Amino acid sequence: MAAADDLNVFREEARQWLNDNFPSSLANQRPPGIAGFGAKLSGDWKAWQERLGEKGWSTPTWPAEYGGGGLTPEQAGVLAKTMREIGAISPIGGFGTMMWGPTLLDVGTEEQKQRYLPDIIRGNLHWCQGYSEPGAGSDLANLQSFAEDKGDHFLLNGSKVWTSGALEADWMYGVFRTDKSNKYQGISFLTLDMKSAGVEVKPIVLISGQSPFNEVFFTDVVVPKENLIGEKNLGWDIGKRLLLHERQSIAGSSGDDDVVGGSYDIEQVAKDYIGMDGDKLADGAMRERIAEQKMFAHAYALTGRRFSDEAAVSGPSAAVGILKVAWAKDNQNREEMLIEMLGNRGLGWEGDGFKESEIKTVRTWLRSKANSIEGGTTEINLNLVAKRVLGLKGY
Amino acid sequence: MAVLTEEQSMLKDQAHAWARDESPVTSFRQLRNSAAEKGYEDNTWAQVATMGWTGILIPEALGGSGMDYATFGVVLEETGRQLVASPLLASGLVGASALLLGNNEALSQQWLPRIADGSAIVTLAVDEGPHHAPDQVAVTATRSGEGFKLDGSKVFVLEGGSADAFVVAARTSGTAGEQAGITLFLVPSDTAGISVSTLKTADSRGYADLGFNGVEIGADAVLGEVDGGFTLLDALLDRARAGLAAEMLGTACEAFDRTLEYLKTREQFGQVIGSFQSLGHRAATLFMDMEFARSCIEAALRAIDAEDPEAPILCSLAKCKAGEFLHDMSNDMIQMHGGIGMTDEFDAGFYLKRARATEATFGGQSFHRRRYISHFGI
Ligand SMILES: Cc1cc2nc3c(=O)[nH]c(=O)nc-3n(C[C@H](O)[C@H](O)[C@H](O)COP(=O)(O)OP(=O)(O)OC[C@H]3O[C@@H](n4cnc5c(N)ncnc54)[C@H](O)[C@@H]3O)c2cc1C
Repeated sequence: MAAADDLNVFREEARQWLNDNFPSSLANQRPPGIAGFGAKLSGDWKAWQERLGEKGWSTPTWPAEYGGGGLTPEQAGVLAKTMREIGAISPIGGFGTMMWGPTLLDVGTEEQKQRYLPDIIRGNLHWCQGYSEPGAGSDLANLQSFAEDKGDHFLLNGSKVWTSGALEADWMYGVFRTDKSNKYQGISFLTLDMKSAGVEVKPIVLISGQSPFNEVFFTDVVVPKENLIGEKNLGWDIGKRLLLHERQSIAGSSGDDDVVGGSYDIEQVAKDYIGMDGDKLADGAMRERIAEQKMFAHAYALTGRRFSDEAAVSGPSAAVGILKVAWAKDNQNREEMLIEMLGNRGLGWEGDGFKESEIKTVRTWLRSKANSIEGGTTEINLNLVAKRVLGLKGY
Repeated sequence: MAVLTEEQSMLKDQAHAWARDESPVTSFRQLRNSAAEKGYEDNTWAQVATMGWTGILIPEALGGSGMDYATFGVVLEETGRQLVASPLLASGLVGASALLLGNNEALSQQWLPRIADGSAIVTLAVDEGPHHAPDQVAVTATRSGEGFKLDGSKVFVLEGGSADAFVVAARTSGTAGEQAGITLFLVPSDTAGISVSTLKTADSRGYADLGFNGVEIGADAVLGEVDGGFTLLDALLDRARAGLAAEMLGTACEAFDRTLEYLKTREQFGQVIGSFQSLGHRAATLFMDMEFARSCIEAALRAIDAEDPEAPILCSLAKCKAGEFLHDMSNDMIQMHGGIGMTDEFDAGFYLKRARATEATFGGQSFHRRRYISHFGI
């Protein structure tokens, strides 16, 4: 009872603060880009970013001593709900808030937390993730980019690939080889300034026509020793921990109270492009598939919320691997169905012959194919669940 | 699993230990072998009642313990694991809910204490054809003197052969297919004009078809509103669906656990079969289905307890996800055990047969997909 009262007091406090600080012009607007992921915001969006970041409510549960909100998970839930009610969306996000920050909170030194967290919370710096290499995808520990210990600094040579947002990024965190004789115990977790001499970024175009990711080349890049996170040669566990946070954040993003059957209004598309026969969709087979899709999405959302509740008590668990698999399956299935429902309107690429929403659907459908590859492939996640959750041998 | 209350975890432990020690699948096998018509053992049923599970939902003043549906779900999950055969769901949950929702004080006073102590079994008679279709009620209840006269038939009534009373959905107006015009009645099974034919089913549980031939009942037998019974029936069925889904989850979880154990012990090609990726990935995918089903079932039970307006869609979601998972799990239990999975001596067949029977009860996956999507205006 006392807890519920406290939450009510907090709800009022949150309402009041949002009332004073959220620009009403932005109600129900999507941010034009994400601060912390490439966007330099301006006007009201910039003001909202600054106020939210200052308050620490961009990362509600992070400790207040580093600029976070210092809220309990329950309070954060109330805040999220209150923001939804007034249509306030946070423009601060990206790798920093989703996985790098949470990892630092777990393993960083006091000095490192003070150094990196405040800018992540405010969305001031854009971070990219330097993990994958040409020869190191699923078998990430096979990475070869070599950071040679030169006493007071590391000298970095090699390359990364598929680095999302690297072109706009201010900083990179990543895993690098520091001992060539030891696969797992020869990896270190480093940060580096993307403006350092010797860093070169080349964009890669995706099947969607967009180019959000890149190859990154390192030639004699000087990385100061203070940029080492954890101990030298013991970065593999930190790297893996970060991936767990990545999956957990995907799970957490589904913990939305109001998501019933996914946030996308698939039934509206069905009505517009297939049409109704009385009170039912004219295509009965598609109707049943939509039901299955929405029910899967609903079950996924409920599970994400349950796992987040449990993680708040006991930390992220390997079981979130199934949420990554489910998230990819759900997105891909929904995008395929949308394209199918659009019919030939779902084959536009550009130009006036198609509506903007139609072209966007095509691009989004193509982009969704990456969902079962990025952040660990579906097969690798199933391996991890088989091994760590089910205790099966041979994975 | 959602965080349990102290009361719930005590009941969970109690139910788990009891089912494992007193009513494991071997008991169900004996029951099957004895070809008992009733589909449960008196001794098992007496123990269930003694532990107070029959009274979980019933107020203390009427001999129960006045707990909620989420708590009932915890017990049903454990009994579902061992395929415990008893009228606990049919009477303790469905029968009791009909009275709790039915707003008939006299009938509640008369029947709830007997449901609570296990001395009476009250079960729902709703369907009339091969598929669950609550609005297709055609049994007629025509005005007769002060009361009503029932004519028609009901099929596949759970514990129909041993019930002391039926909650009968009948038509006081309108025609089959309409929601309006349905009324629920509580009818003692020894009322003149009722014929009961028990069925021998693949899952060896107790079902019966019922015939109503000019069955005279009083106006005081009405539960809820005359002609407006569909709302009550729908709410009642949702409780039945969520409760059954919890039991099905237990059944499927046990099938999962046993299969996973086999993947870790059976060797072929010099290695445990669980090391083969095609089996490991299937196990991981089934684990996902299990977690998804659990989330939906817990949410549905909690929504009922909270009188959340979303309860109906959550109950359809829960029943459908429980059905899908149990369906796949019961098939894979056999496949992953290879030849031994096909033998009667091994328990997988019991899980498969129970799976299909419970999937069909109170609406299968297809029924609930249609019910779910109709909430979205398409
Ligand atoms: C849109 C997008 C954004 C990305 N962003 C980033 C980023 O910002 N930073 C970054 O570091 N990386 C990023 N990645 C890279 C991503 O993490 C890798 O693509 C992924 O880990 C797979 O590696 P790979 O491409 O080398 O494929 P491979 O590892 O070569 O896999 C090829 C196929 O083999 C399967 N396979 C491999 N090993 C096994 C096994 N043991 N058992 C069963 N199947 C197996 C895989 O599942 C896959 O189907 C991004 C990728 C995409 C598509």
